Amino acid sequence: MTAPVTRPYPGPASPAAGDRLDVGSNPPVVLELEDVTKTYPGEPPVEALRGVSFTVHRGELVGIVGPSGSGKTTLLHLIGTLDRPSGGIVRVTGFDISQLSDRELSALRAGRIGFVFQQFFLAEHQSVLDNVADGLLYAGASFSERRRAAAHALARVGLSDKLAVLPTKLSGGQRQRVAVARALVGRPALLLADEPTGNLDSSTGQSVLDLFAELNNEGATIIVITHDHGVARRMGRVIELLDGLVLADSNGGADDHRGDGDDNGGADDNGGADDKGGADDKGGADDKGGADDKGGADGSEAPAWP
Amino acid sequence: MAVGGAARAGEGGGGGQRPVVLVPARLGTRDLARLASVGLRTRKLRAGLSALGIAIGVAAIVAVLGLSSSSSAGLISEINKLGTNLLTVTNGQTLFGQTAELSVDAPGMIGRIGPVTDVQYDGTVSNAEAFRTPLIPSIDTNALSVEAASLGLLSAVGTTVAQGSWLNAATAQEPVAVLGAAAAQRLGIDRIFEGERIWVGDEWFYVAGILNQAVLTPEIDSSVFVGFPAAETYLGFDGHPSEIYLRAVTSQVNAVDSVLAATADPEAPNQVDVSQPSAALTAEADAQGAFNDLFLGLGAVALLVGAVGVANIMVISVLERRSEIGLRRALGATKGHIRLQFLSEAVLLSVIGGVVGIAFGALSTAVYASTKGWAIVVPPLAWGGGFGAAVLIGAVAGLFPALRAARMSPTQALWSI
Repeated sequence: MTAPVTRPYPGPASPAAGDRLDVGSNPPVVLELEDVTKTYPGEPPVEALRGVSFTVHRGELVGIVGPSGSGKTTLLHLIGTLDRPSGGIVRVTGFDISQLSDRELSALRAGRIGFVFQQFFLAEHQSVLDNVADGLLYAGASFSERRRAAAHALARVGLSDKLAVLPTKLSGGQRQRVAVARALVGRPALLLADEPTGNLDSSTGQSVLDLFAELNNEGATIIVITHDHGVARRMGRVIELLDGLVLADSNGGADDHRGDGDDNGGADDNGGADDKGGADDKGGADDKGGADDKGGADGSEAPAWP
Repeated sequence: MAVGGAARAGEGGGGGQRPVVLVPARLGTRDLARLASVGLRTRKLRAGLSALGIAIGVAAIVAVLGLSSSSSAGLISEINKLGTNLLTVTNGQTLFGQTAELSVDAPGMIGRIGPVTDVQYDGTVSNAEAFRTPLIPSIDTNALSVEAASLGLLSAVGTTVAQGSWLNAATAQEPVAVLGAAAAQRLGIDRIFEGERIWVGDEWFYVAGILNQAVLTPEIDSSVFVGFPAAETYLGFDGHPSEIYLRAVTSQVNAVDSVLAATADPEAPNQVDVSQPSAALTAEADAQGAFNDLFLGLGAVALLVGAVGVANIMVISVLERRSEIGLRRALGATKGHIRLQFLSEAVLLSVIGGVVGIAFGALSTAVYASTKGWAIVVPPLAWGGGFGAAVLIGAVAGLFPALRAARMSPTQALWSI
């Protein structure tokens, strides 16, 4: 790879990086929430989140499930760095989003977070390839680089034969695959899906969920937000939200609840971070293989999938 | 501070490594052009109509400026062809309000001014009128004047004979007349045939020729010319010139102008009127431009209306494209990226309108000017100004919608559809 990559774009990673998952028992932390609250002003003020804490490591497939009003959309805004918490700390790939300016948050999204929406949000006048390539538009990649990465991402979601087609000619499931490819094209550290099956019939919905599972197997960190317990059950880990609080976390015995428990949990997390440092070196090596020498600063920005 | 935060995060992640700085990417020109044309490509009719508003305004301005320049250019080129070095000396008025008389010696004296190359003159025969026949009532003078003319008058005033011939040394002695262009028309004579005559004073005068229009000296057109000797013999003319036409070396025209009155009548220079007909005509050509202010104003109003149209379309566009804005923010666009996209879209819309308007304005100028036989002149002020106005209008009209688009919160843009 000789692509002249500009700063926030992690760059295409080496496909040979097969060791991504065996970095030890504690893969690096991608997302970290500490006692996060969010209150919307009003009469009376709405407390959408009332102290949510959990941690997501690289390579996890997480479902966040809850009925409407449980705060899951607010949580999505915060994880996606589209909004800031009223209290607590949200760290995405190590960055405390409260500390970042709007510009820096934008750069963070451009390089490290991929979004998949219920309504797909594809540009109807653009070909599938250009829709996916636009996923890298704000990441500083050149036009040809973007198209190359887009073709690669579309191949990954099984739409190699649809590059020049307009999204309006595609079925709902295909459109959502295009949206997934757009989210993946920058190889983000975190893929965030908001009701990805909400506009799809159940069998196409299942195939999109299968795609998520495959991508996760290849190393992508994916968070799916849904109201549908059936969808959530497909995820490796389910976090249930109710009334702005975590009701249950299927990963409860693992590291996260240590963080919930007391402040020492923070130290534990730091311990995790040290491990992450260990992983980081490897990640850095991978990234060099992938012609990206900037990602080395933080292991958690390793590509989501090879 | 923000960079510090990033550095701290980097420390937490790996400890002592290079800090990761989050810097948004800059959009390339090509990407920006592509973004700016999104609205145009997706809503062609709407974009076309709002660009049309700008196009009409710019076309009006370009055409008005182009037409006035072309018409001035036409007039001025005609003036230049006739020469700008013509000066006229006419008899003014005495202190008591009577018509002053130029001395018989005046042409000779003027001829001795160094840079003067040619001096010709005519004298109004005040007690003679010209009629088609003696049966015409004497009050129907047709505002014609009878003038005794020197033989070289035509070249000095810059006109030529349309039909027949000008006076010569022989015909100047005889009752022979040559008609100015307007005089021939008013007398109802449009061609010369042998034996054709008009009634001048109390004599039949044979018509020898008809002149072309004299652009620099319109008074020639309404005159009936006879020779000096004939005027003295048949019409009782006193021989005093009333208009002297002289040509001077072009670079010395102003110098000659300044001494002319004193030369023509050294005793009473204030009784002599000196003028430069080409200067008056040039001023007239320029004054024609003054009428254009009205049309320019109308063009500006059209532009203003076009600008409001563009602003309106952009406001609607921003509202309609909330989800696109939200998506772009989610993909990592900064507020600046969004602002720039919508601002460039407005400018692009306006510039397209402007270019179409310039083309249309220039085309109409070209068509009209060529039917009039003028040189086609579209001044740089017109197309440059039209283009600049279009860019400016786009920027101004797009500013508010662009700011609005950038201010839109991404969460609201994405989740409140």
